Amino acid sequence: MGIKILEDKCTGCTLCVKACPFGLIKIVSREEVGKPHPKYKKIAVIGQGCNLCGACLEPCSVQAILIEREEGKPRVDISQYKGVWVFAEQKKDEIQGVVYELLGEGRKLANQLGEKLSCVLLGEGMDEAAKQLIAYGADKVYQIEGSILRNFQDDPYTDVLTDLVEKEKPEIVLMGATAIGRSFASRVAARLGTGLTADCTELAIDLEKRQLLQTRPAFGGNIMATITTPHSRPQMATVRHKVFKKAIRQGSHKGEVVKESVEDKALSLRTKLLTMVEDITQTVKLADADIIVSGGRGLGGPENFHIIEALARTLGGAVGASRAAVDAGWMPYSHQVGQTGRTVCPKIYIACGISGAIQHLVGMQSSEIIVAINKDPNAPIFKVATYGIEGDLFQVVPAITKTLKEVLG
Amino acid sequence: MNFIVCIKQVPGTTEVKINPKTNTLIREGVESIVNPFDTYAIEEGLRLKERMGGKVTVISMGPPQAESALREALSMGCDEAVLLTDPAFAGSDTLATSYTLACGIRKIGEFDLVICGKQAIDGDTAQVGPGIAEKLEIPAVTYVKKIEEINEALVRVERMMEEGYEVIEMGLPALITVVKEINEPRLPSLKGMMRARKAKIQIWNASDIACEKNRIGQPGSPTIVNRIFTPPPRKGGELLLGDPEEQARKLVENLRQAKVI
Amino acid sequence: MEYFLTEEQKMLRDLARRIAEEKIKPVREHYDETEEFPWPILQELAKADLCGVYIPAEYGGTGGRVFELCLAVEELCKVDGGIALILAATALATFPILLFGNDEQKKKYLPDIAAGKKVAAFALTEAGAGSDASAIQTVAKREGENYILNGTKCFITNGGEAQIYVVIVMTDKTKGSRGASAFIVEKDTSGFSFGKKEKKMGIRSSPTRELIFNECKISKENLLGKEGQGFIIALKTFDASRPGVAAQALGIASGALDDAINYSRERIQFGQPISSFQAIQHLLADMATEVEAARALIYATARMIDKDPKLRVTKEAAMCKLFASDVAMKVTTNAVQVLGGYGYMREYPMEKRMRDAKITQIYEGTNQIMRNEIALALIKEAAKTKK
Repeated sequence: MGIKILEDKCTGCTLCVKACPFGLIKIVSREEVGKPHPKYKKIAVIGQGCNLCGACLEPCSVQAILIEREEGKPRVDISQYKGVWVFAEQKKDEIQGVVYELLGEGRKLANQLGEKLSCVLLGEGMDEAAKQLIAYGADKVYQIEGSILRNFQDDPYTDVLTDLVEKEKPEIVLMGATAIGRSFASRVAARLGTGLTADCTELAIDLEKRQLLQTRPAFGGNIMATITTPHSRPQMATVRHKVFKKAIRQGSHKGEVVKESVEDKALSLRTKLLTMVEDITQTVKLADADIIVSGGRGLGGPENFHIIEALARTLGGAVGASRAAVDAGWMPYSHQVGQTGRTVCPKIYIACGISGAIQHLVGMQSSEIIVAINKDPNAPIFKVATYGIEGDLFQVVPAITKTLKEVLG
Repeated sequence: MNFIVCIKQVPGTTEVKINPKTNTLIREGVESIVNPFDTYAIEEGLRLKERMGGKVTVISMGPPQAESALREALSMGCDEAVLLTDPAFAGSDTLATSYTLACGIRKIGEFDLVICGKQAIDGDTAQVGPGIAEKLEIPAVTYVKKIEEINEALVRVERMMEEGYEVIEMGLPALITVVKEINEPRLPSLKGMMRARKAKIQIWNASDIACEKNRIGQPGSPTIVNRIFTPPPRKGGELLLGDPEEQARKLVENLRQAKVI
Repeated sequence: MEYFLTEEQKMLRDLARRIAEEKIKPVREHYDETEEFPWPILQELAKADLCGVYIPAEYGGTGGRVFELCLAVEELCKVDGGIALILAATALATFPILLFGNDEQKKKYLPDIAAGKKVAAFALTEAGAGSDASAIQTVAKREGENYILNGTKCFITNGGEAQIYVVIVMTDKTKGSRGASAFIVEKDTSGFSFGKKEKKMGIRSSPTRELIFNECKISKENLLGKEGQGFIIALKTFDASRPGVAAQALGIASGALDDAINYSRERIQFGQPISSFQAIQHLLADMATEVEAARALIYATARMIDKDPKLRVTKEAAMCKLFASDVAMKVTTNAVQVLGGYGYMREYPMEKRMRDAKITQIYEGTNQIMRNEIALALIKEAAKTKK
């Protein structure tokens, strides 16, 4: 079990050395390590600490690296688990946008498996919401009502969902990778002892093995990994907003609502939600925005952000900022896009005066259209931009705003 | 009060690039760093110790070289460090990692608060924090941007949400994961670095921490990596030329044609 | 060049570098413009334990000596040659206490300096006594258990902001150069006030002020060493502190060189980076060689001082101060030249380096005095060996 270099195949070419993100592979002389070969003088050696991430497998042109996985025994009887579930996150009684996208994707998965698509809805007074979920394709809605469930709290929600999963045995559970979803899903998966893959960008079914193929970015998006949960159920995955397309509403779609009430005292609650405070500075939420206009170091100072804001307003978009601008105090952290800020995936991302350091790119490189405006023609951002404008942003950005106003009326 | 900070050593992504010819990851002299979010966790632990008195123990699960990350934490002022390292831990997914760290924390002993960074910049899952809380059977709040109040019995925090924040109170022992907004991490001090150099780090392997063999490492990982591939590289596109007005016009034209505005 | 620093010296250097890059770089322009005293930077240095790099551990320092001070000052000056004076100029005033202070004085003053809680200043120069230090007129008259100070010092670095002052004054004018003594005077002592702050060409964040003593009464406990030892204390102090000034000059030159090299690679003219032109290459080669030579001389001198405190180091200390400061002036001037127009603009950090470098050829003994000292030492040595 573990990772092995196949001695007879390895040519000592060094392609794997550069691919290991942890720098653990070395090329040594075969003679030194007692592994002679008639043709090749060198061989790769993998150092301590390899966590079997597999990044070295693809670059190897002779398939000389083998990862052997220990076949774990199934923890549960997998054949008993059927159906695709979507957790219907609601905030202030409103179903969150990502849920409709999960219903769209969930429908495809359910159809492929020949199973039902269900929703789990927790809250208080959720009758209308439940009907909405059916209209968007849910075959069944488990509507759990309770005053303690009105707003999300870790403990009662985890109790309810894990009990329900253990009772109803779904094979797949999908959740939005929202602030709530990410920590909630982790807790549920940990309690159930099952696998969870976060921030999936692609979901597919391997019908032969009846497995969910969960694809997600790693190392800041420089690498994609396809994950499976072969021996545990349910297979859990979280998906970010705007990755999948929203399901189509069909008023005529029929489904079953299973309504259940739960008493507060039946559930645990170790945290006390005291207040909710809204942030009014963000007029358009970054996470939801279809269009984002971002400013970076090139703006020179906080007083210049108004040209970014003007363009964003004209486009009906949100304002983002690079880490440089946030660290300099020109914009609040809530607007930061990048590795230690937010990851966004809008239709249009306009980067103004942003050089495109990799830590910023990982936060926005999956945007549909990237526009880069920078006076330095060698700025790395131009490598990922769909449209690049080399120029003075103080002239270009207002020119764009002006042209848009004329065109859009 | 006893504070435990969980950290991870990760590759510094500054130099991680994609080789355009072979479409694979190139690592050019990547140094290992303390996961950036974890430095905020360390700083918060130190501030809490300064406020309430007590001890900060920093713990990490990783290969032997992760020791340098622990020494960095010590040089910032942490009191003790524990490294969980064992070939048996290799191939751990987030569940196995949460379990292993929880076993390690239990062995450390009594604690009031476990502090984790929001997520690791290599895995990006943000799952281990809540996973540890579940395994330790303690309450948790993620994305904490401020600790409003803490005493022997409870902690009150501000949790960052998409559209603002929530104020949540919970009894101790508990776990929090923190975001950048919470503080500004200190630089290490020279005396701290000298102390850290000489400090003895506790190194524990699987048999030291009372864990079940089938719940660590690969056997304990329900998820496995089936395949790794590099996404098709995003190609640079068109350069729009002309004076600012022309460039603006061309851009708006293109965006209209693409039907995004 | 590899200087085979110890682990601890490397840690110190890397930490000083980090502070310079992360804390000083973003604000250096601000302090140059406003000429404010950079208290926040002092706090950062204090938190990092850098204020005590040259102070023994028993007084709260980290137990390093001149070499460690030079490492720290060099790194800080690579980013800004003026802000580092909060450390370097304090060190100048602290060396007298380290070398000649009695136990009580060391216990009273060193811990606060090592912790960065207090800043110190060394006061010798007067309007009529610059290079001719023996011409000082400020006097201290013994009266019972106290001394009364009268006179004025000028061009005192950290003047007005420092809390601790080491002052060289005449206690017996009849004895000439053996008639001076060194005293520790604290700020807010009655009779001790400050004159105006000077406006300078460079190191503008470092305050330079007159010290005015008017019937200033201090206890005899504040006498450093013995009466009459004043100039000896000053000279021994300079032997330890001149490598520090040299390190300041070295840092300034080194920072200028690095920026010039980077700029030359990015600046395209005639279709090529200017680094491909021999005119620039030769300039850079000369600059780099001189900087490295200065560094090697400073490190060797500092190691010599630290290894054997009994060695005579006046010549070597003067040599490294002389050489490094001349190199700094030359290198910064050429670095501005490499940057061309941009080198002259205040928007870019290069011109400041040239302005900052000049003082290193002037203070703590002008380079002309340095040459005097070196020549004197050479002749004395030759006289000794000649039979």
